[in-house]
Amino acid sequence: MNKIVAKEYFSENVVKFEVEAPLIAKSRKAGHFVIVRVGEKGERIPLTIAASDTERGTITIVIQAVGESSRKICALNEGEYITDIVGPLGQATHIENYGTVICAGGGVGIAPMLPIIEAMKKAGNKVISVLAARTKDLVILEEQVAEYSDEVIVMTDDGSYGHKGLITNGIEMILEREKVDLCVTIGPAIMMKFVSLLTQKHNIPTMASLNTIMVDGTGMCGACRITVGGKTKFVCVDGPEFNAHEVDFDEMLMRLRAYS
Amino acid sequence: MTEQEYIQSRRSEPWREELRKSLKAKERGDRPRVHMPELDAEYRSHSLKEEVNLGLSAEQAVFEAGRCLDCVNPTCMEGCPVGIHIPTFVKNIERGDFSEAAKVLKETSALPAVCGRVCPQEKQCEAKCIYIQKMKKEPVAIGYLERFAADYERESGSVSLPELAPANGIKIAVVGSGPAGLSFAGDMVKRGYDITVFEALHEIGGVLKYGIPEFRLPNKIVDVEINVLRKMGVKFVNNCIVGKTISREDLLDEGFKGIFVASGAGLPNFMNIPGENLIGIMSSNEFLTRVNLMDASNPESDTPVQMGKRVAVIGAGNTAMDSVRTAKRLGAERAMIVYRRSEEEMPARIEEVKHAKEEGIEFHTLHNPLCYEGDEKGHVKRMLLQKMELGEPDASGRRKPVPIEGATEWFDVDEVIVSVGVSPNPLIPSTFKGLDITKWGTIIVNQDTMQSDLPEVYAGGDIVRGGATVILAMGDGRKAAAAMDKALKG
Repeated sequence: MNKIVAKEYFSENVVKFEVEAPLIAKSRKAGHFVIVRVGEKGERIPLTIAASDTERGTITIVIQAVGESSRKICALNEGEYITDIVGPLGQATHIENYGTVICAGGGVGIAPMLPIIEAMKKAGNKVISVLAARTKDLVILEEQVAEYSDEVIVMTDDGSYGHKGLITNGIEMILEREKVDLCVTIGPAIMMKFVSLLTQKHNIPTMASLNTIMVDGTGMCGACRITVGGKTKFVCVDGPEFNAHEVDFDEMLMRLRAYS
Repeated sequence: MTEQEYIQSRRSEPWREELRKSLKAKERGDRPRVHMPELDAEYRSHSLKEEVNLGLSAEQAVFEAGRCLDCVNPTCMEGCPVGIHIPTFVKNIERGDFSEAAKVLKETSALPAVCGRVCPQEKQCEAKCIYIQKMKKEPVAIGYLERFAADYERESGSVSLPELAPANGIKIAVVGSGPAGLSFAGDMVKRGYDITVFEALHEIGGVLKYGIPEFRLPNKIVDVEINVLRKMGVKFVNNCIVGKTISREDLLDEGFKGIFVASGAGLPNFMNIPGENLIGIMSSNEFLTRVNLMDASNPESDTPVQMGKRVAVIGAGNTAMDSVRTAKRLGAERAMIVYRRSEEEMPARIEEVKHAKEEGIEFHTLHNPLCYEGDEKGHVKRMLLQKMELGEPDASGRRKPVPIEGATEWFDVDEVIVSVGVSPNPLIPSTFKGLDITKWGTIIVNQDTMQSDLPEVYAGGDIVRGGATVILAMGDGRKAAAAMDKALKG
């Protein structure tokens, strides 16, 4: 059982939790995720680790209430417990000094992007973060992102904050003016697909962190399988990050609808 | 005393001698083998959680135990991977001391109620019974009797604990709580060690919980046996992945003097044929984990599961039988096994195949899927099967299936469960630096001691064997425990 030590609402449906998980806090790296379960009849769902505090023995996760399980988790309060948290899972992000890196995060995907932004900056990269959301209230963690970014570009669909437009418009603005060595993207699958199509056109290596349906998260079942470069891969053990230009996003989008 | 001398001394106890004399060998041999009562096939094919085999009555068990000739040289014991003192427990049943029979089982087996249910006795202890070896008669129903004794003790409510050696304070870690890990833990805690079992999932039991369905092995029975281990002092830590959550170095820093790796062969194989990633196609592991571990067919569970009307299961091992019978119980109108060889080569237990047939499972042998087609939403709707014939025997001794040119056939399906084997979990081999592994990813160990090339690391079960059986995994656990104990005590 993992105690919730802090809860903060980013918006009506997006909640940040700081949860006790000392062993995971100690061993996790940027890009890792956990599987959480709430209640004895609860489902196991994957959530990326947004931050950790080894002294407090906690990890931070950010959840958007979209379905039964995420609503159940979001309804928990400080002092209550998450029944199961297991991790850190997946491969850590490959961090090195690439040069100039675009970190493109959409919606709740900005949270798992944060540790990557931090690690990329610490590795000596010039980091340009593009944050995208439907509307102003859904832009999260801007301050924390700014702390480790050389520049932050905010895009909103409705123009209520930052620039009006999609994440791809933000990325294009950068590509028009300077050389970029790597793009990292996390967000809804459809967003990552279009980011990938754009950077492919410009020949910029791109990593996407995929969020598929999972059960165990340890490679045991293959529920999360996708096609990368023509080969079947398990997102939970081979990923969650892959070369975006090799990912079959249409198949991934289709498989995400398996239970809808 | 050697094991052989110990067996003989037990056999020559006065009550055993008297029991032997109480009935002529011929009378014993003339008795027909007991039949296991079971639920009606039509009824049970709609009942997910009710156990099919109902267990023997006390009268049946005593009568069957009387068939056992209490051989001077009990060859049946050679067939048991954990070396259960078979005639000793059987004769205790014959004399009506069922609790004592259960105690004898627990001397060497951590999970007798499990093994009595899922062991392939026809290939192990019962295959070595003198009746089948020398007399062409049906062997003593050792598995049924084992189950009877274990169930009797559990239901009596007074579960005895095996004798424990005084605590020696030596900390040992076990990676994985499946049959190999539990068997090892049981043997080591008896020897006085301080045992902690680390499990990646939220439930303890490994394949006994996520894999084998309740209609074959009820979860509550597994839990009772796990609780016995708990009472003996074994500590269980769930949600902890050795190699991820904690490392081998962490374990050594915390003072663990030995590590037994029993992480299993949990990675499902796929066939890599076109359309295999369509919605509605999944591994047996995914399907069974959703249904067994996550209770997905229960409306109160948050985990969903597909419930197809026309379900094909590809493969013919025990996992395939478990999957197809589960699909039928979830409401499939047609549930079928698709297997590329003939019935003779099926790796599943004969009993499971028989039960499946009684429950209305269709068998399409000598068929192999070539590809799948989906509807506009990406859901599988049909599969193309290649008809096969049997050619020459291959390296495994089984006749090799060969496609019959031009003989293909489309089958309508709305769910496909791929059950074509599993591969070893790569987590430990990839995070224990210096560990010697084979090209298949299994850990290389000394066959006598189960010790790897890292001196404190022993391994057993599917991570050493690839996909094998519950009882072989348990046998490895016992062997590793004996060897590690010897090594640590110098």
